[in-house]
Amino acid sequence: MSGSTYYVPDQSKWPILASIALGLLAYGAAMTITSMTADRDSIGPWVLAGGFFVLFYVVFGWFKDQIREEAEGLHSDQLDRSYRQGMLWFIFSEVMFFAAFFGALLYVRTFSVPWIGGEGAKGVTNMLWEGFSATWPLLQTPDMKQFPGADAVIDPWHLPLVNTALLITSSVTITFAHHALKEQNRQALEAWLAATIVLAVVFLYFQAVEYHEAYTELGLTLNSGIYGATFFMLTGFHGFHVMLGTTMIFVMLLRCFDGAFSPEKHFAFEAVAWYWHFVDVVWVGLFIFVYIL
Amino acid sequence: MATVDVDLPHVKEEDQHHHGPAKGLGRWLYTTNHKDIGSMYLIFSLCMFMIGGIMALIIRAELFQPGLQLVEPNFFNQMTTMHGLIMVFGAVMPAFVGLANWMIPMQVGAPDMALPRMNNWSFWILPFAFLILLSSLFMPGGAPNFGWTFYAPLSTTYAPESVTFFIFGVHIMGASSIMGAINIIATILNMRAPGMTLLRMPLFVWTWLITAFLLIAVMPVLAGVVTMMLMDIHFGTSFFNAAGGGDPVLFQHVFWFFGHPEVYIMILPAFGIISEIIPTFARKRLFGYASMVYAVASIALLSFVVWAHHMFTVGMPLVGEVFFMFATMLIAVPTGVKVFNWVATMFRGSLTFETPMLFALAFVVLFTIGGFSGLMLAIAPADFQYHDTYFVVAHFHYVLVPGAIFSIMAATYYWLPKWTGHQLNETMGKIHFWLSFVGVNITFFPMHFVGLAGMPRRIPDYALQFADFNSMASVGAFIFGFSQLVFIYNVIQNVRVGEKATAQVWEGAQGLEWTVPSPAPYHTFSTPPKVD
Repeated sequence: MSGSTYYVPDQSKWPILASIALGLLAYGAAMTITSMTADRDSIGPWVLAGGFFVLFYVVFGWFKDQIREEAEGLHSDQLDRSYRQGMLWFIFSEVMFFAAFFGALLYVRTFSVPWIGGEGAKGVTNMLWEGFSATWPLLQTPDMKQFPGADAVIDPWHLPLVNTALLITSSVTITFAHHALKEQNRQALEAWLAATIVLAVVFLYFQAVEYHEAYTELGLTLNSGIYGATFFMLTGFHGFHVMLGTTMIFVMLLRCFDGAFSPEKHFAFEAVAWYWHFVDVVWVGLFIFVYIL
Repeated sequence: MATVDVDLPHVKEEDQHHHGPAKGLGRWLYTTNHKDIGSMYLIFSLCMFMIGGIMALIIRAELFQPGLQLVEPNFFNQMTTMHGLIMVFGAVMPAFVGLANWMIPMQVGAPDMALPRMNNWSFWILPFAFLILLSSLFMPGGAPNFGWTFYAPLSTTYAPESVTFFIFGVHIMGASSIMGAINIIATILNMRAPGMTLLRMPLFVWTWLITAFLLIAVMPVLAGVVTMMLMDIHFGTSFFNAAGGGDPVLFQHVFWFFGHPEVYIMILPAFGIISEIIPTFARKRLFGYASMVYAVASIALLSFVVWAHHMFTVGMPLVGEVFFMFATMLIAVPTGVKVFNWVATMFRGSLTFETPMLFALAFVVLFTIGGFSGLMLAIAPADFQYHDTYFVVAHFHYVLVPGAIFSIMAATYYWLPKWTGHQLNETMGKIHFWLSFVGVNITFFPMHFVGLAGMPRRIPDYALQFADFNSMASVGAFIFGFSQLVFIYNVIQNVRVGEKATAQVWEGAQGLEWTVPSPAPYHTFSTPPKVD
């Protein structure tokens, strides 16, 4: 509570437009996917595209307004704290989203797969697929016709290990960038940010290579049973978050070129850095629980 | 941009307006005002309450006598599913968020919510989410028909096409809830007036702080579980299919990891409301304020480790059954503390029985009945008898209707004079209360008996021996349903006319919201009030 007055933002058209965008995206995605599965045409893709169009318009417009208002000095310290808390709780919600998938992975590994294999408290379920034995990674699924298991899984000590090094290094480089920002060393700031982006893009490229290998050489697909399902959902959502984070860092770099951020006020930069560290931590969890164990 | 200190040199001339509401539709579409947004949430919730209520009446009309008379079984299933989804996500949750929007800034001495634009976004997602959900009623194959708990494989392998629309609808309403919750936490932690320390906050604020934490923790898990469904239905994964090494029971685990905290999301703010109303009309301070706070916090923490008590009959290892049974029964302790404190607050108080107090008292009694039947259900060996019977339906309707819904009505009657500036029409309020009270009990009490006698839930037809209690329940449901028209009449009349309300409104009311005029000005606190 620094000042004696409060700041309340003015009316804005962005929230309602953003809601329209989400409505179009949800409806369009549902239409597209249902018609795809039913193998028929629909206007779903157009609705979806419309949703993306409105979403991009909102993202650009809303952030533009924010940046302008901050430049005008309208953002109080109190608002800055609200933003920080908001971002931290948003990251916490993301952690819980990943927790659902990690939870599913640990559940099938610890309970349901051994049970179908005839082990443990509910081993009686083995009568459904007699002769099925539990292994992890699960290459032989109970019903190989419906879910043909993979021939092999990704070796953690090649590309995933390199990717781990890349992401951890990128967390370090973005911290160097942050320090450079606080020390007013703009050149170092831009260089470290650019380095972070390069590391992130190489990471994404290796992930793409790995997915390609999984599909074409290992027979490891979404359809290859619970190992493939958890593998692709966890690494896929993580990859999606890396893409988003990379885009955010890229925007930060563009804003740095534009002369944005002062050593005292750079909430947007910090929020992006927090997000990046979160993405990094999730990867370490993935590396341990999905790839190694 | 509407900063109140007009001396700030960098504020442009045209940015200094908006001390009152804007005109026309734009006021509601573009608003950043917590009172406008609170009102929109409450009106939206009321609309959903009516739509969900009509579905409930369709269910009760069909169940008035054995045999199939009015609807097809598949449509009946759609009605039970949509009734549950709409009441949980469309009526109860938005009503509490609406109350939070209206009251939390006023109760902590803030000018508005911490993030006012995101606040508007959280609201406006909801109409779109529910349009998507309701539109599924008109799709080929009909609306979701797998129950509001949407267990796999009923909701995956055997689901109607509309399930995908349901999934995306859940995604965006979840985004709305998470943003709303983040906003509430930031408001409470960051916008309190000087002197409003955490342990001075009104209990409604406290309960919402904890509820918001629960929302941020579990709504993403709901998003996760519907995403797994989407992948299983359309993209060949096998999360809930044992043929690929997955497990349908996994669905229930992930769902109830969300679902059980969700139950408390729908009752903790109610605890806060009741803890505001009872002291006012008992003209005493709340008994055991700190223990109330700790009780709510313990209930919230325990809610993360009890989820599988919904799944006792699904085939869990014995150690799981025992753990979840005892953890669940542990929740009775902090809940008991709360009920004891409410009763102790009234003990030797100067009680009066205005409409909000009547609803609050009914809450204490009837919610406790729902709590006790919950304790019965928590006993794993006994639950094998009760599971999926009308006893369960009776239990959760007792905690949700005379629990959550009554608390929302109590809150509306309690704060309505502050919102509209008009005193309540007590006579009409009491008519509404007594009709609702009688209707609720006639509806849900007999369900305990048919449930214990073995009547399964979610069926359109039933054995003859359940006929009498079912016809009673149906009569009660129509009494309760139509008595809500009195509520709507009361609210509309109160907005339009009525004796001018004072700032204090209720003689015994305490708290910052009663220091500002009625109706509360469009911007309540432009400078922080001092709290001693």
